Parts: sequence; C-alpha cells; structure tokens
Amino acid sequence: MNFLTDRKRAVHRGASNTGTEVFWGQAISAVGLAVLVPLFVITFGCALGGTYEEVIAYYQRPFPAIIAGMSLTVAMIHFRHGIQVVIADYTRGLPKKSLIIICTCIAYATAATGLFALARIAL
Amino acid sequence: MVEFTLPKNSKITTGKTWPKPDGATNVRKFQIYRWNPDDGKNPSVDTYFLDMDKCGPMILDALIKIKTEVDPTLTFRRSCREGICGSCAMNIDGINTLACIYGLDEVKGDVKIYPLPHMPVVKDLIPDLTHFYAQHASIMPWLETKTNRPAKEWKQSIEDRKKLDGLYECVMCASCSTSCPSYWWNGDRYLGPAALLHAYRWIIDSRDEATGERLDSVEDPFKLYRCHTIMNCAKTCPKGLNPAKAIGQIKKMLVERNI
Repeated sequence: MNFLTDRKRAVHRGASNTGTEVFWGQAISAVGLAVLVPLFVITFGCALGGTYEEVIAYYQRPFPAIIAGMSLTVAMIHFRHGIQVVIADYTRGLPKKSLIIICTCIAYATAATGLFALARIAL
Repeated sequence: MVEFTLPKNSKITTGKTWPKPDGATNVRKFQIYRWNPDDGKNPSVDTYFLDMDKCGPMILDALIKIKTEVDPTLTFRRSCREGICGSCAMNIDGINTLACIYGLDEVKGDVKIYPLPHMPVVKDLIPDLTHFYAQHASIMPWLETKTNRPAKEWKQSIEDRKKLDGLYECVMCASCSTSCPSYWWNGDRYLGPAALLHAYRWIIDSRDEATGERLDSVEDPFKLYRCHTIMNCAKTCPKGLNPAKAIGQIKKMLVERNI
C-alpha cells in the first residue's frame, strides 16, 4: 500500500456502477410507506381493543389484511435498503458483510412470518 | 471508518499561554491548535492575546498579527486574502470557513481556531489535502470532447452557461468535504461534496461529450451514495454554494438514466 500513487488511492477499484437501485428502491419504498403507514395505523386502530374473535373477523376482510400485508412487506424492503446503507457507513470488512447478510435475512424472515400469519388469519 | 475517540497521540493538551500585549485595553483571547511533527509531542492549544485596536477585522488579520508579532512558529496557509484561493480554510469557532473572509466580529467570546477536521495535519493549522486533490483529479475536471476541435471555440448558449452558476465558483478550500460526517468516516472511498460538485459541473456542461463516462465513474455506493443529504456542506460553504444540491442532481440523472 505504501507505494500507491495518490491518484490510484483516490480511484480505488473504480466505480461499481451500482447503488442507484438501492437509492431508488429506498425512495420508492419511502413514498409507499408515506401512504401505507397512515392507512395501517387507521386500520390497526379500528381493530384495537376488540375481542379475539372480532379482530380475527376484522382481519378476514380484504382491505385491512391487504394494507397490513403491504405495510409489512414495504417496511421490510425499506428496512433492508436502509440498514445496508447504515452498515456500509459504520463498518468494514467481515463485520460489514456479516451484518448485511444477517439484516437481510431478518428483513425477509420478518416479512415472510408476518405474511404467513396474516394469510392464516385472512384465509 | 467511524472513530469515536482520538488516537492517543492525537489527544489535545493545554499549550503555552502567551503574554497579553502591554497597555492594551481592548484585548481578545485566541485559542489556537498547535502541532509540530518534529517534536514528538501531542497537539496542544496555545492561548494568545491581541490588542483589537491594532488588528485588522478578519480572522486572517489576527493570525498574521500573531505570526508577525507574537509567535513566528505559528503555521498556516494563506495567499489571496479575499476568498478566491481557498488556502486559509480552517475551523473557526466550530465552523469550517476561510479565515480571510470571516470577520472577528462574527465570533462571540474567545476565538477558537483548529485545522479542518478529520484530515491528517501537516503542522499547526495546515491539513494534508493530498487525497482531497487526488479525488478532485479523479473526476476529470476538464472539458472532455470527442468531436474534432472547432476552428475558433466550443460554443455555449447563455442558458447552458447559466447552469454552471453556483458550481464554477468553488475554490476547492475543502471546508465542505471536511464538514461532512460521511467524508469523515469513509473519505478514502467517498468522493466528498467538493469533488462531486465539480463532477456535476462537468456533467452538465453542454460542451462536454463525456457525460455518460462521468456518470459511470461516480455511480458507486461509496463514491457517490455515501451522501445522505446531511447538508453540512451547504451550511459551511464560505462561498455560499450548495454541493448537496449538485449531488442530488447527479443522483437524479442516474435514476433517470436507469429507468
């Protein structure tokens, strides 16, 4: 490393020609969440305080179930993109790669678990 | 990489307190970062006192007065003394700015002067800008053309020329890049606000024919997308420019190119 020129250090390994998808994906999911989160809060609030049977019946209706499913999915997509950026900001090397893998798995697992639970309630 | 504490040999100690000027009534206290690579000691903050009745109005005037009359070992860069060369960029009262165009009356209380943050220090208030300049060079800050050179000149409409306003004025003082937390943590790979502002200046130049290559060269999670629109760059720029906006425009162009 000692004998690298300043220019070579600055250019590093060149541009990876990626990153725009993450940036755009995050922007799209943010807009999606701006719409979905208020709808989710309203629908969730309507079910709040009900008995077990009432809540099950409520989430068997298509609108609350679809809103909940979409909110969960889009939130996890947003989380996956966002956490990757945060991890890349603050970590390097193996911890960076490991954390990105772990957080991606958590995001997909959370979305899958939530969707499975919703499907069991709604169907 | 994020560092929450200074390395042992960078911890700042209390330095020398220089005597107050004799017979002065309007005295002001200056606390200035000192570090000499040759003495092997940790950096320190020296305290100086100046008679404000015999000092010019700018921070640079005070620094020159200290160097001339109090402590000739104080080291700092300066040249044009009118905000054009960008040499005297330093951290004054917590703000990265140019000492030559920052008034002493803009600082309340004691005047605290440090070198630009998170850069290697050469001596006292002089940061090592080698990597910063290499990053600037890497964005190819010149007109790139493929068409045969015209007989007289590359023409540009008045409207296209106006697009360069707010970009060409950058004096490469590094105040913006060194105020950016992303640049602090990942400055080895992130190009930083100054280099990206210059990249955008050439990307939108109507005469330049390497727009695609220029966009290719910055499309990278580290080179470009470490910018999180924190806006410290725009807040601190002594020339009143907005690098964050230029970076936003590059991102917009890349999205438009991809979808």
